[in-house]
Amino acid sequence: MDTFPQRLKQAYENQPELTILTLLHAGQEDCPISYRQLVEGAAGYAATYQRLGIQPGEVVILILEHGQDLIFAFWGAVLHGAIPAIMPFLTEKLLPERYRADLAALIAVTQPSAIVTYPEFESEIRPALKMDDSVRHVILSTEVEGALIPDFSTLAGFERHPEDVVLLQHSSGTTGLQKGVALSHQAVFRQLENLSKAIGQSQEDVIVSWLPLYHDMGLIAGFLMPILSGNHLVLMSPFDWIRAPYRLMQAVTRYQGTLSWLPNFAYYFCAQKVRDRQLEGVDLSSWRAVINCSEPVREDGHQAFLEKFSVYGLRSDALATSYAMAENVFAVTQGGIGSPLVIDEIDREALQVERVARPAQAGAVFLRMVSCGRAVPNVTVRIVDPQNNTLADRIVGEVAVRSNCMLSGYYHRPDATAEVMIDGGWYLTGDYGYLVDGELYITGRKKDLIIVGGKNVYPQDLEKVAMEVEGVHPGRVTAFGVFDEQKGTEDVVIVAEVDSIDAGLREAIAEQIRKAVTRGTAVALRNVYLVGAGWMIKTSSGKNARLANREKYLKESGDNQ
Amino acid sequence: MNQEIVNQLAGRIAKDLLKQPNRVITADEALISSGLIDSFSLVDLSLMVEDDYGVQIDDTELNAETFDTLEQLADLIESRQ
Repeated sequence: MDTFPQRLKQAYENQPELTILTLLHAGQEDCPISYRQLVEGAAGYAATYQRLGIQPGEVVILILEHGQDLIFAFWGAVLHGAIPAIMPFLTEKLLPERYRADLAALIAVTQPSAIVTYPEFESEIRPALKMDDSVRHVILSTEVEGALIPDFSTLAGFERHPEDVVLLQHSSGTTGLQKGVALSHQAVFRQLENLSKAIGQSQEDVIVSWLPLYHDMGLIAGFLMPILSGNHLVLMSPFDWIRAPYRLMQAVTRYQGTLSWLPNFAYYFCAQKVRDRQLEGVDLSSWRAVINCSEPVREDGHQAFLEKFSVYGLRSDALATSYAMAENVFAVTQGGIGSPLVIDEIDREALQVERVARPAQAGAVFLRMVSCGRAVPNVTVRIVDPQNNTLADRIVGEVAVRSNCMLSGYYHRPDATAEVMIDGGWYLTGDYGYLVDGELYITGRKKDLIIVGGKNVYPQDLEKVAMEVEGVHPGRVTAFGVFDEQKGTEDVVIVAEVDSIDAGLREAIAEQIRKAVTRGTAVALRNVYLVGAGWMIKTSSGKNARLANREKYLKESGDNQ
Repeated sequence: MNQEIVNQLAGRIAKDLLKQPNRVITADEALISSGLIDSFSLVDLSLMVEDDYGVQIDDTELNAETFDTLEQLADLIESRQ
């Protein structure tokens, strides 16, 4: 199969009654969807795009929540040859104006011809649109043609080529939304083939996921992979999961789930927040791999997860890891499938001071590093120095990736693409790590990105919002992540320069910053640290030196991680 | 409204959920719709209520429509005790 529409057609003709997807909604009956229903529901959307004059190759932004409409709107765009991009839905705590600013940023770069949403959400979106922008239609889910039998000979998606862009994948926030990863049919299929070998995928696999589809892990592993491969996908809403993590275990039990992908924090979250009374009848013995991906992997989270759930049938050999990124479609490495996870005990000081991952001697302070596994087939990893020279095993440097499944580019951003691609087709990931006999270990990050609960957060977005608070020096705010050992993910800290030395006023400013950041970016802050003028460290070119500011904060504030 | 429950909840939420023990939460302040209680902490809130008052709040009730203030939460707790 060369393109997504061809694959859907094949499934529609050969396995129409196979339940390919079951949608779960808390408090409602589970909703099974067969390939026939999937394709016919998508065909209704494709007919709507066609009727409204959306052209193949144009981008359609989907602003829909977990549910049938999101699924049909996505595959409908594919059948029509349009390029779907899923945007996170507005949560109640985020200010609508901020959300619209993000949407406007997305529209400016992506130039979509249409936005699909619910009627009740139209009024939130309209004010973000401008007379002269590219959006010709706001398509409401209620105006869309119902399910219909597709005429494959007239669907424009069948004229798309394997090298054409099939979808866009964005990170969140204003910054992330301006850099959409464009992926071709061919790149996705190649990644799925590589991944399939690495995880030993079989027709019996059942994927259970709560991951949002606007995130690469959710979109690829928890959506495209099962649907394109013919594996049953049991999909729950991230909103339901975060309120009731036990529902994941119940779903695995009910549907005999075999594979799930989770960000590191979820291991802690499940271990800490699920009560035994919620696990009556739960049997996790079908779970053959629970793959830790998209955040730095911590062994203690794995141990806590295992301790909590092994009495419910979780096997210790189900623990697995992966290092992945949207720019490579998804998986770069895979570990823990068919063999146990590799742990590397290294000398902490050598890592921090010499940037060498030296095996720890007896008595030395050590770190237990969990391997992300080995490169999946057709993907090569090397570690490079700042001049892009390859480094030897155990020397820490930037992780560079080359594969047969790279992004086509950042959509409409050749400048951003050029920044991360180096000679020979290597992609510079912005992550630091080291290799030992082909096993990859991630040690840190070169880029300023913060990862909170698996979600990418750009510090610039937080700083911009905080600077607008009265009493804060514009340009003198810094945001960074501090690892929270108990949660297994990063917390966000903001340091802001203020003039006031009045304690009451300072407290009020700190509270305003918290509110502004929560309402402006949907991120809850661990700490707001107010300092006097001149505190912040800047680089020689006058930019915010976030890592140095982070070090200074940790030393000075007593926030001992 | 049960002022005692409101006061207890205010203290517990500030200390254990927000990790800002000095944060004053008023009885009519929006907790969920304002984002004060992060979605990651909603499950903690339900576990806290279960432990302290023996009252179960279903996960489908962890939203601003069911309760959004300490006042409303205290009423909910009282009605189920």
